Amino acid sequence: MTRMTNTADVLAVASKEWRALLGQRGFRGKTGIVLFLAAFGIILPLQAGRAWITSPSLAIAWSWVPMFLVSTVIADAFAGERERHTLETLLATRLSDNAILFGKIVAAIGYAGALTLASLLLGEVAVNLATWREGLVLYRPTTFLTMCALGAGGSVFVAAIGVLISLRAPTVRQAQQAVSGTIVVLLFLPWVAVRLVPVEWKRTAIAAAPSTSQLAVIGVGALVLLDIGALAFAMRRFRRNRLIAD
Amino acid sequence: MNPIAIRTASLGRRFGAVHALDDVTLEVPSGIIFGFLGPNGSGKTTTIRLLLGLLEATEGSAQVLGFDTRADAAAIRERTGALLEHCGLYERLTAGENLGLYGRFWRMPRADRRARTAELLSLLDLYDRRDEIVGGWSRGMKQQLAIARALYHRPSLVFLDEPTAGLDPLAAVALRDRLAHLAESEGITVFLTTHNLAEAERLCTLAGIVNKGRLLAVAPPAQLAAGSGLASIEIIGTGLTDAVVEMVAALPAVSSARRDGRALMVGLTSTGGTTQVITALATAGYQIETIRHTAGSLEDAFRALVEAQS
Repeated sequence: MTRMTNTADVLAVASKEWRALLGQRGFRGKTGIVLFLAAFGIILPLQAGRAWITSPSLAIAWSWVPMFLVSTVIADAFAGERERHTLETLLATRLSDNAILFGKIVAAIGYAGALTLASLLLGEVAVNLATWREGLVLYRPTTFLTMCALGAGGSVFVAAIGVLISLRAPTVRQAQQAVSGTIVVLLFLPWVAVRLVPVEWKRTAIAAAPSTSQLAVIGVGALVLLDIGALAFAMRRFRRNRLIAD
Repeated sequence: MNPIAIRTASLGRRFGAVHALDDVTLEVPSGIIFGFLGPNGSGKTTTIRLLLGLLEATEGSAQVLGFDTRADAAAIRERTGALLEHCGLYERLTAGENLGLYGRFWRMPRADRRARTAELLSLLDLYDRRDEIVGGWSRGMKQQLAIARALYHRPSLVFLDEPTAGLDPLAAVALRDRLAHLAESEGITVFLTTHNLAEAERLCTLAGIVNKGRLLAVAPPAQLAAGSGLASIEIIGTGLTDAVVEMVAALPAVSSARRDGRALMVGLTSTGGTTQVITALATAGYQIETIRHTAGSLEDAFRALVEAQS
């Protein structure tokens, strides 16, 4: 029962976020969504052709999209409420700390996930319509699942980090800058680390590496652990009396 | 129903070296409008935050509706409503959506939310504007909607932090009247902070005066005013000059003196002040035509208490 009611509370917060998000004017509202879908669901797929669906690097390429989308909205989570003077009223409701925190995270991930999936499906339709003479082409199930797993795992991590930043940021602009900067650093760190590893070590590692699918499982597993750690840290940091006292 | 809605014992809150609230002991009976009066920065908002469990007390304790603010803050928030320093409305949502959203937060079924939205917006004459985005509304309308939101889930206690602050006089009077009507029809306890003493005098059954974080007095407004032992006199005559006003203001029994057209308005700090003022005016050659006494007001009591503390 508690879990059910908590889920209802989380969804109530998330639906508030979605309504506010759709109610925004300009590129962050409905216009932005339409432009995103047009670019990633129609224009780019038509330019790439069937490779948009069959390319082996598809999973990696698409896994960053939901992370990017989450980073554009999560900065607003608490910094926006603070800036618009709605935070204290929200904190004075019966909602638990976790319901508020997870409502914000679910809203950002739901928004990013829905847009990503819509773009993928739209892209598939667009490519198939444009190349219908060559027969039907679909995403490979393993590629699609890897894409979803990596995208979801990365999104949860970005959302947790974004919420932590948003909790402390005095303005939305500062929160956005900090979230963007942090994401860039976090994405480039592994790349820089790989560059710094001696060539012989890399050869040894590649020789000893398991299959691609096993690597993917290890990667997703590591991501899940990172997500759990980041979420636990965000839950620990989110205390309403600390937010007001600050 | 708990006969005491709010009970505090030596409640205090420090922010570093600053004592925002100090040793506040208070009892607010259920079912009344309690006015918490004080100037800006006196600790009114901090008190509400402590009572809602949004801040932790550094000293003392408080119980709201029988629940401890440290241990059972969630139970307090479940049963209370609040209009805090800012109206806290979501400006991109409509009036109906703002109310419905809070109904969802309190797990009210959809049919109840629809009925309650219609009921409250009709009471406030805002029903026809329920589908408007509130971002474009006037401050007075937003405050009314925020009060409706605070009452939406039928709480037994509502905290209102300066609900008429920043409103023009007409909007403030309208809001005050509606607030009184709503509080009566809903049968709730209202904890109202304000620095508008006339508002407190009209609305409140019981009032507490707070300054610099300390509670100076708690009593019904009329009793506070009478207990101040203060009065003011209005004197009309001829020969009123700035020098005369200054001379009267300097008398030991006078707290204030000002010109209002032909009248000299004098606030007294002691009951024997009238004789002192008349003697001084006669000596200065001022010819008195009429003198009118007025009883002490809540403003007099407030001023006397705050000055005594200083």
